[in-house]
Amino acid sequence: TVWIRFILIQNRAGKTRLAKWYMQFDDDEKQKLIEEVHAVVTVRDAKHTNFVEFRNFKIIYRRYAGLYFCICVDVTDNNLAYLEGIHNFVEVLNEYFHNVCELDLVFNFYKVYTVVDEMFLAGEIRETSQTKVLKQLLMLQSLE
Amino acid sequence: MPAVSKGDGMRGLAVFISDIRNCKSKEAEIKRINKELANIRSKFKGDKALDGYSKKKYVCKLLFIFLLGHDIDFGHMEAVNLLSSNKYTEKQIGYLFISVLVNSNSELIRLINNAIKNDLSSRNPTFMCLALHCIANVGSREMAEAFAGEIPRILVAGDTMDSVKQSAALCLLRLYKASPDLVLMGEWTSRVVHLLNDQHMGVVTAAISLITCLSSKNPDEFKTCVSLAVSRLSRIVSSASTDLQDYTYYFVPAPWLSCKLLRLLQCYPPPEDGAVKGRLVECLETILNKAQEPPKSKKVQHSNAKNAILFEAISLIIHYDSEPNLLVRACNQLGQFLQHRETNLRYLALESMCTLASSEFSHEAVKTHIETVINALKTERDVSVRQRAADLLYAMCDRSNAKQIVAEMLSYLETADYSIREEMVLKVAILAEKYAVDYSWYVDTILNLIRIAGDYVSEEVWYRVIQIVINRDDVQGYAAKTVFEALQAPACHENMVKVGGYILGEFGNLIAGDPRSSPLVQFNLLHSKFHLCSVPTRALLLSAYIKFINLFPETKATIQEVLRSDSQIRNSDVELQQRAVEYLKLSSIASTDVLATVLEEMPPFPERESSILAKLKKKKGPGAVTVELEDGKERGELNGGGDRGGDAAIAASNASTPSPSADLLGLRSTAPVSGTTPSAGSLLVDVFSEAGPSATSAGVNDDGFLSSAPPTVASEDPAPPLPESDELLNKFVCKNNGVLFENQLLQIGIKSEYRQNLGRMYLFYGNKTSVQFVSFNTTVSCPGELQSQLNVQTKTVEPLVEGGAQVQQVINIECLTDFIDAPLLNIKFRYGGALQNISLKLPVTINKFFQPTEMAAADFFQRWKQLSQPQQEAQKIFKASHGMDTEVLKAKLLGLGTALLENVDPNPENYVCAGVIQTKAQQVGCLLRLEPNAQAQMYRLTLRSSKDTVSQRVCDLLAEQF
Repeated sequence: TVWIRFILIQNRAGKTRLAKWYMQFDDDEKQKLIEEVHAVVTVRDAKHTNFVEFRNFKIIYRRYAGLYFCICVDVTDNNLAYLEGIHNFVEVLNEYFHNVCELDLVFNFYKVYTVVDEMFLAGEIRETSQTKVLKQLLMLQSLE
Repeated sequence: MPAVSKGDGMRGLAVFISDIRNCKSKEAEIKRINKELANIRSKFKGDKALDGYSKKKYVCKLLFIFLLGHDIDFGHMEAVNLLSSNKYTEKQIGYLFISVLVNSNSELIRLINNAIKNDLSSRNPTFMCLALHCIANVGSREMAEAFAGEIPRILVAGDTMDSVKQSAALCLLRLYKASPDLVLMGEWTSRVVHLLNDQHMGVVTAAISLITCLSSKNPDEFKTCVSLAVSRLSRIVSSASTDLQDYTYYFVPAPWLSCKLLRLLQCYPPPEDGAVKGRLVECLETILNKAQEPPKSKKVQHSNAKNAILFEAISLIIHYDSEPNLLVRACNQLGQFLQHRETNLRYLALESMCTLASSEFSHEAVKTHIETVINALKTERDVSVRQRAADLLYAMCDRSNAKQIVAEMLSYLETADYSIREEMVLKVAILAEKYAVDYSWYVDTILNLIRIAGDYVSEEVWYRVIQIVINRDDVQGYAAKTVFEALQAPACHENMVKVGGYILGEFGNLIAGDPRSSPLVQFNLLHSKFHLCSVPTRALLLSAYIKFINLFPETKATIQEVLRSDSQIRNSDVELQQRAVEYLKLSSIASTDVLATVLEEMPPFPERESSILAKLKKKKGPGAVTVELEDGKERGELNGGGDRGGDAAIAASNASTPSPSADLLGLRSTAPVSGTTPSAGSLLVDVFSEAGPSATSAGVNDDGFLSSAPPTVASEDPAPPLPESDELLNKFVCKNNGVLFENQLLQIGIKSEYRQNLGRMYLFYGNKTSVQFVSFNTTVSCPGELQSQLNVQTKTVEPLVEGGAQVQQVINIECLTDFIDAPLLNIKFRYGGALQNISLKLPVTINKFFQPTEMAAADFFQRWKQLSQPQQEAQKIFKASHGMDTEVLKAKLLGLGTALLENVDPNPENYVCAGVIQTKAQQVGCLLRLEPNAQAQMYRLTLRSSKDTVSQRVCDLLAEQF
């Protein structure tokens, strides 16, 4: 079966802003993957596709300002569904942080994990409705 | 610091993060971190009990430090304490810390599990979700043991909140993937399947991932999901763009759910129920229709979401491969995308069309797009798009367009990216061979390949052209002429020199009549390249020179002089020196006859699967057909040049002369027949009459004996398999091609290829005698329960096999489920009146249906642990019956069909492999570990798989290989 192997948010300089792993990797392996993804993705320009083969998998990615949002999935998986999955996620972040910028993800890293878990869990898409996700996030925000 | 102003933040954390960001150097950062670590440590150790807020803040700082890439060796206990807080924000940080940092520290796991248990039974949906997310993120076996029983209950309970159901479904999926043996769906199956009907689309979205995973593992148990999925899909597809409110994305109703539903259906064959099938076809048509409608928005999100569904629908149509109308419509739609301005769409259309090209229903439709695809190959900016275009050209190639496609690929090669050149070269070489009508075109193509992309022409490619030229005498003269011309170029690639040296050495005589390519001209041309070549090429050229001496005595003096020169006979390279010395000696002492025998033309190569095809498959890695075992023979023969060729020729000529005593020894079934020899004395007759089934003992006279001939009658039934047939079977466990059987009359060669659960085997029956075989008949049967495990189909062969001729038979094999026995092949024919009756086992073994699986070490051991039930494991400890050479072992393990995983086993002497056996009924994942003990000359072989019979069978088969 197919599922998301990891989600990475990196900036152009290669700094990781979020790394969510859905497969067991040891720390060295994670570091290597992060570097490889950065190397593969940043050399591509706007005329290229949003997909790139990566080891035995593929990376579906999209660039927003200085940030690359990357999802690693099986080669047989649906490229466009994940590409829009990324966009859906970014729109939620944007709404939640009121015009999200890179620093929001740095200072609120622990909240970003909550957003991810609402939308993706166990490497699968959990919830796609922006309304439902945001309602839930606002509810959690109101809790002590 | 924009975030600090945003409400609930932990001020101390924000300040710390700012400090870190302001550090000017790595050293400053480390200093600041160490200061903070010391501070946190003292707070945790201090006498004063920390309040929840402080604890949360410090744990969060530790987490931040860890995420920066520093080791954290304390704070775990404080994080666990946070789990039992009744404040959400504190609990959340505790769970987050554990999800990111926890390892299988058993002490801690017990405490964590305890906290999770409390939250799961808290009836507070927020806490329940936190706990479920933690399980889903960690997914350890301990957690599976503790909660695999509880979570299905939460998932299907009537009073569970929707958001909790979503999390429970995916949490269960994670546990199932990690520890399938612990997740028992049994009683829950039907209620889980019915989640497809849930009112809440989010619940369906989450549950369907679980159902898809379970269905792919146990299709029968979950097959009721098909009709539910179809009706859900139908409702979504036919809804207006605003009906689904929250789940409409840029005017597309529920795109992700639609894709997941379509993917679930790909676990199953087309629905049998006519009504369900009708409804599904209607859905697929609607999706195709919508692609033609004007877009409801100009935003790329709209078209992406719409096309995500479309591509998934096309995947399903291709998966069914049974609706010609839909296949052709899909192809036309993709054809439009080929010229779309979005690069993504062009890429995906090329990729998807590649699979359509292999369907008989859409192959022709795909071919109509050839010009567009060629254009893409020439003009696309993104190399990955060009790569897909090349793949598609390869897939759509057939006899009708081969010349055009090969020409385009060749011209593309001149400018192709380095990263894909080698693969392109292989593809061109394969197409040229496969669709060669006249072999001069083939030779031209390969020489062009070498000219254009010589560096990327692997050994396999130029070996192959030589094999073909040697095996086809109609092209030899042309090949000699063409290489001769190609070598005229002042700078030609070394691979060209190799091919040129080899071909002129064998067939230079065919063009020697023309004074422009007289023997001496040929030799001088070759020798002008000599000094720029590497050692192996020079070695090959030396062999060509000695062949020249044999072909053209007039070159003898010149060549001997070259061999005698210091640069040859005293060459510092041992191989070159040895050749020079030996060839010189050979040319001076051997008589013309001996020389002619030793240097006789190379015998034809046995037909075998193209070595370049094997190479391409290997390059393509997992997913491609089983990796072919290089048997190294052709390499040896070719590299060795003429000297070894002579040996081979002698061996071959010996083998093809049947000795007169042949029939007595070769065939089991002929033994009783040979008893009919009239010269047998009476004592012998007695012996036979006891053994034979009939009353020949009554007929003491020779006449009666001859006329009754009962053994011949009895042998009309298929003979029992030869005693050595198990051994023959074992020979083919790790390879697909070779000679299966040979006696003095008959040779049976085998070539086979497997893909997924399907196999195709070509049998070549060669008549080694000069007399025809009549009533030649072969049958393949599946004894006993094998009948329900394998589906084997054959075409009958011609009943007449001329002397020296070879006939071919194709056998199609489908593996329905795993099996142990091998199918039986029975061959009957008459040779000079005597009935020959031979039975053999066909080398179809379960491992042929392996798909190699690459995985990282952590993944391997995780799966290994999951398969820890005693019946899942088979083990053998046995003595080595061959040498324990590493390369040989590796080759055998690859030949088995599994992926050989490097750097996985901590002991570098050991081998571990992984693969999935594909049968129609199910897929069986298999892990293998082979531990050689060189000192004791022993092996320990361990197999683990999800099916006990498979573990045992693969273990038994493989244990015979070493």
